[in-house]
Amino acid sequence: MSFMSRILELESFDFDGHFQEVTSADVENSLRKDELREQDLFNLLSKTAQDYLEPMARKAQKLTRQHFGNIISLYAPLYISDYCSNACVYCGFNCGVQFPRTKLTIEEIEREAAAIAATGMRHILILTGEAPAQTPISYLEEAVTVMKKYFSSIALEIFPMDEEEYRVLCKAGADSLTVYQETYDREVYKEMHPRGRKADYEYRLLTPERGARAGFRALNIGALFGLGEPRKEACLAALHAHYLEQEFPDVEISLSLPRMTKAKGIIEPKNILSDIDFVQFMLAWRLFMPRLGITISTRESAEFRDRLVHLGATRFSSGSKTGVGEYSLKNHHDATVQFEVTDDRSVDEVADMIRQSGYQPVFKDWELV
Amino acid sequence: MMSTIQTQDDTLYFGDVAFSSRLLTGTGKFASGDIIAPMLAASGSELITVALRRVDPNAKEKDILQYIPKSVRILPNTSGARTAEEAVRIARIAREAGCGDFIKIEVITDMKYLLPDNAGTLRATEILAKEGFIVLPYMMPDITVTKQLHDAGAAAIMPLGAPIGTNRGLEMKPMIKRIIEISKLPVVVDAGIGRPSQAAEAMEMGADAVLVNTAIATSHDPVAAGKAFALAVQAGRMAYLAQLAEEKEYAEASSPLTGFLRS
Repeated sequence: MSFMSRILELESFDFDGHFQEVTSADVENSLRKDELREQDLFNLLSKTAQDYLEPMARKAQKLTRQHFGNIISLYAPLYISDYCSNACVYCGFNCGVQFPRTKLTIEEIEREAAAIAATGMRHILILTGEAPAQTPISYLEEAVTVMKKYFSSIALEIFPMDEEEYRVLCKAGADSLTVYQETYDREVYKEMHPRGRKADYEYRLLTPERGARAGFRALNIGALFGLGEPRKEACLAALHAHYLEQEFPDVEISLSLPRMTKAKGIIEPKNILSDIDFVQFMLAWRLFMPRLGITISTRESAEFRDRLVHLGATRFSSGSKTGVGEYSLKNHHDATVQFEVTDDRSVDEVADMIRQSGYQPVFKDWELV
Repeated sequence: MMSTIQTQDDTLYFGDVAFSSRLLTGTGKFASGDIIAPMLAASGSELITVALRRVDPNAKEKDILQYIPKSVRILPNTSGARTAEEAVRIARIAREAGCGDFIKIEVITDMKYLLPDNAGTLRATEILAKEGFIVLPYMMPDITVTKQLHDAGAAAIMPLGAPIGTNRGLEMKPMIKRIIEISKLPVVVDAGIGRPSQAAEAMEMGADAVLVNTAIATSHDPVAAGKAFALAVQAGRMAYLAQLAEEKEYAEASSPLTGFLRS
């Protein structure tokens, strides 16, 4: 049994039809409940529920404060390689996009790590493109080992691996794994990932499960909004998170809502996720899973992120640079980025905003011993 | 007439360390570390728990420990530990970091409800008590485990009232009552207490102390909330010591008609 069986089960399910059938009474009923079931998730993700955003927001804020308190955890992403053998049509690292590829040496990684750590950040997310030949497990293991000198929590957003490979990285000190399914719609997935290792939908879908079995203590998943139909994606991402929560009770589960932004070689998003949908999805997720981590990246604008602090977000990236070597080695104009950062405020500026919003920015909330 | 309770020594001991306040507090979930010192002053709390995973001696900003006045004792906790072995390692690091000999054991493998793993908690308690720690284990209310923790050298028993952060109060009341009856160690009701009235109820029941974090930290005015909980804990303690009459399920006349037969 894996989440793949659930996906197959839901393939004949008429998501659109079900969302349209939701009435105001259904939404009100779901809002009154303390513990939500799958049908309630549906109700709260429907268009009808957009008339109830304020009560949803109030309940979401209350639940978030109850379970996470008045704090927002901070992390920074570090891109160590932009080599990629995949042809994802929406990605700036797509192998078909011509630009000088870079991979940091271990010494350069250490310099970048030191530059990020100097901002006070203790949580790091290491990212690569998918090119095992360029960034083999031995390289990643070494990178994690060096990072351990500077950070108390190391998360990975790298290409999907086998369980045994993940074990090696956990042993080296990585504690958290991020892997986005990009789209849960198998047809759209096929279209977006025409070749390369990433074309294997099932292998990617089951990555979080392999990660959990290998010993990662936190999993961050999600869909890349802009590819599939947003409501269906939001629903399946939440069901995936819920499945993982039930299956791996000792693992902390988070969801992200990355929205497509511009990058070289990128396609126009098929389905634009509006701000209102974005907020509704976040709120519905919070009400469905009160202990769920919700991560907000710098893809979102500063003004929008300032509002999301109050609506159930638990983790913010900040001071992000999405080009390889951008923290200490290159200036912004030289770097080819995977996506454009919209909130380009410094770590200090983001921390100040969090404080002014009545929350505490937390730079260290983790220690692997 | 002077009340009997005012003449009693009502000091609370964990190990051989004495406390006059029976309200333990926490550092998590506050909107700002700056509120911790005034909250402690208002609540009179003398023991505050700190997640070691949040301690960063090299922090660019003020470290969490620096917000705690010297007069208040730190109770480092092993939050984040999923096994007894991890809890033990965290405790040792805390001691080396200068956090003292107190340790609150939290071994949690359930990230949804954050319910403690009693078997792991017991194992960590056994090891750390032998190493001279003053061990306060957070546990699911269980009579057998209470006895085992006692034998393992714990300094207190910390059953949860309700899951962490739920503010649901004494959901575990019947079990906690049994623990209070049998425990030779101080019983601290930890987690779930959301209102001063619930804290008072725990104290009336005979709990030796309560630990409150979320309800204070996420209130609109943590200083006032700290004070309110302190007063509730004092009232509950006083009521317990006064040995208030028990609830009865049947009516009992205050002047029994047959009383003369026994006089």
